[in-house]
Amino acid sequence: MTNVTMGPPSAKGYFGRFGGRFVPEPIVPACLELEAAFADAWADPGFRAELDAHLRHYAGRPSPVTECHNLGDLLGLRVLVKREDLNHTGSHKINNVLGQALLARRMGKRRIVAETGAGQHGVATATACALFGLECVVYMGEVDVARQRLNVFRMELLGATVVPVTSGSRTLKDAVNEALRHWVATVDDTHYCIGSVMGPHPYPWLVREFQRVIGDESRAQCAELLDGGVPTHVLACVGGGSNAAGIFAGFADTDAELIGVEAAGGAAIGSDLVGVVHGSKSMLLQDDAGQVLEAYSVSAGLDYPGIGPEHAHLADIGRAKYPSVTDDEVIEAVRVVSRTEGLIPALESAHAFAYLLREAGRSIPRGSTVLVNLSGRGDKDMEQISDLLAQRKETS
Amino acid sequence: MTALIDSLRATGRPVLVPYVTGGVAENWMDHVHAAVDAGADAVEIGIPFSDPVIDGPVIQAASVRALERGTTPDTVLRDLASYRGSVPLVVMTYYNLVHRYGHSAFASRLAEVGVRGVVLADLPMEESAEWAEAADAAGVATVQIAAPSTPDDRLEEVCARSKGFVYAMGVMGVTGERAVLADSACAIARRVRAVTDKPVLVGVGVSTPENAAAVTEHADGVVIGAPVMRRIAEGGSVGELVGRFRSALG
Repeated sequence: MTNVTMGPPSAKGYFGRFGGRFVPEPIVPACLELEAAFADAWADPGFRAELDAHLRHYAGRPSPVTECHNLGDLLGLRVLVKREDLNHTGSHKINNVLGQALLARRMGKRRIVAETGAGQHGVATATACALFGLECVVYMGEVDVARQRLNVFRMELLGATVVPVTSGSRTLKDAVNEALRHWVATVDDTHYCIGSVMGPHPYPWLVREFQRVIGDESRAQCAELLDGGVPTHVLACVGGGSNAAGIFAGFADTDAELIGVEAAGGAAIGSDLVGVVHGSKSMLLQDDAGQVLEAYSVSAGLDYPGIGPEHAHLADIGRAKYPSVTDDEVIEAVRVVSRTEGLIPALESAHAFAYLLREAGRSIPRGSTVLVNLSGRGDKDMEQISDLLAQRKETS
Repeated sequence: MTALIDSLRATGRPVLVPYVTGGVAENWMDHVHAAVDAGADAVEIGIPFSDPVIDGPVIQAASVRALERGTTPDTVLRDLASYRGSVPLVVMTYYNLVHRYGHSAFASRLAEVGVRGVVLADLPMEESAEWAEAADAAGVATVQIAAPSTPDDRLEEVCARSKGFVYAMGVMGVTGERAVLADSACAIARRVRAVTDKPVLVGVGVSTPENAAAVTEHADGVVIGAPVMRRIAEGGSVGELVGRFRSALG
């Protein structure tokens, strides 16, 4: 059992009763090797300094915290926004990918395989591979390839091979299956760069640690803005949950209420069912027999039936809560945040804002100070949002 | 009921274990019986899962067909009640189905319908203790998987924990046929044999009767999955296919 909230997992990779390493035997040795390599690298000041330098000079960190006065006035709150949208490649995904690419290089792996949903993790991975001269293969569901065509082009321009996945629901879940299958056959020279706080141990821990920079920076930035204080609420969207894990990690030891917002069509915590898929035990959308259900969300990045095991644990112990918002609420949030603040959030990040808009003055009392993680910018979603807004006009 | 390991040891010939995805067609039990009649020494029954990460295209497609027919662990196990063969049945599936069913309930249900062993593709030894305890109590053997990538010290423990037989993966990769037999198939069989006297069955990448004959120079037997499931998908005779493997193995 872990004693410290958002500290390291147990020796077997558990956060409370969630996590573990449920993968076929052929890739267990690679997970063990990765666990040892990460522990070694993370304790090595040289590795940390090299990663920090890349985060600063290449990714553009630290990202600012912007106080959103217009939105605050509208809602009767103080709204602080962590600007992960300003990172190179347009989202928080670069933090994790730079860490894993450096780790892969340190382990002598020459190839990277990754899955992607919205394409943000795929683009970030392709970017890091270009930077470090690694070969890159990205699996992406056919449905997502269609709705995120620009990101497919970006990955290809960066030198990656994008493989459309035609099995199952043809979205993120199936892209993970294919990436795992690819990894089994290539594990000798290939590192699997998982994009979220999911998968077999050590991934949920490793990805959270690489994303912790969001929380650590925010903590210091909030202290400066709030005269040494912390926000009353910290909000982030959750698919697998990497941006939420990153920002929560900076506030786990405070009184701040931690809120991870799921998509209504992919609400794993909301399902209240424990399951095992893609390497870890967590909360999972599934039917009575244990078949994993397909998630449905307007945002490709949250179209995932599971959630990282540490989030299941945080929900279990009551340290964080995981409500959900509907696609309609999300589209409305994109519109409101764009108009009032000049910030166009990614559809994924808009889930956090949708919850804020719905709950301001209700479960988030007037006068609260809310930190929202703007995990990515909305440019990639413009075509889709434009279509959706047009549809709404027609039907209203 | 004879323990799985004793049944496999008593065959006196290289062990042939065809695999059939449960529920793949209305008459799927006919394929099981055809395999038995053609000389199978045991049959591995797949319970289809929505996310079969160690399966290649042929068995994935069989899983999809079975699931689309409404197949569940219960329907597969119910159908197995009509099994009239005398060779042992082994179930292969993924852990979430077992977790959802409940360890004890699943183990008892397997025993009830005469299943003598189980292979859980995504439950490595570190995670299997709790399940294995329930399976042991029900008299069902929990088979562990050895892979070409499994290091020597780990291989010893995998084999020590394995019950019934040791499932040796012939190739680093998903289930499916390969153009040539990988060197890794014989190599893993030899490595497993060096550390255990339990039967060693090689599965994954054993594609032809010739492959099977070559592998059983070093192993006690083979599991043939994708060739059988491709035959079923193409509407061919499982009995004829299994018969050819049988002839090659003696």
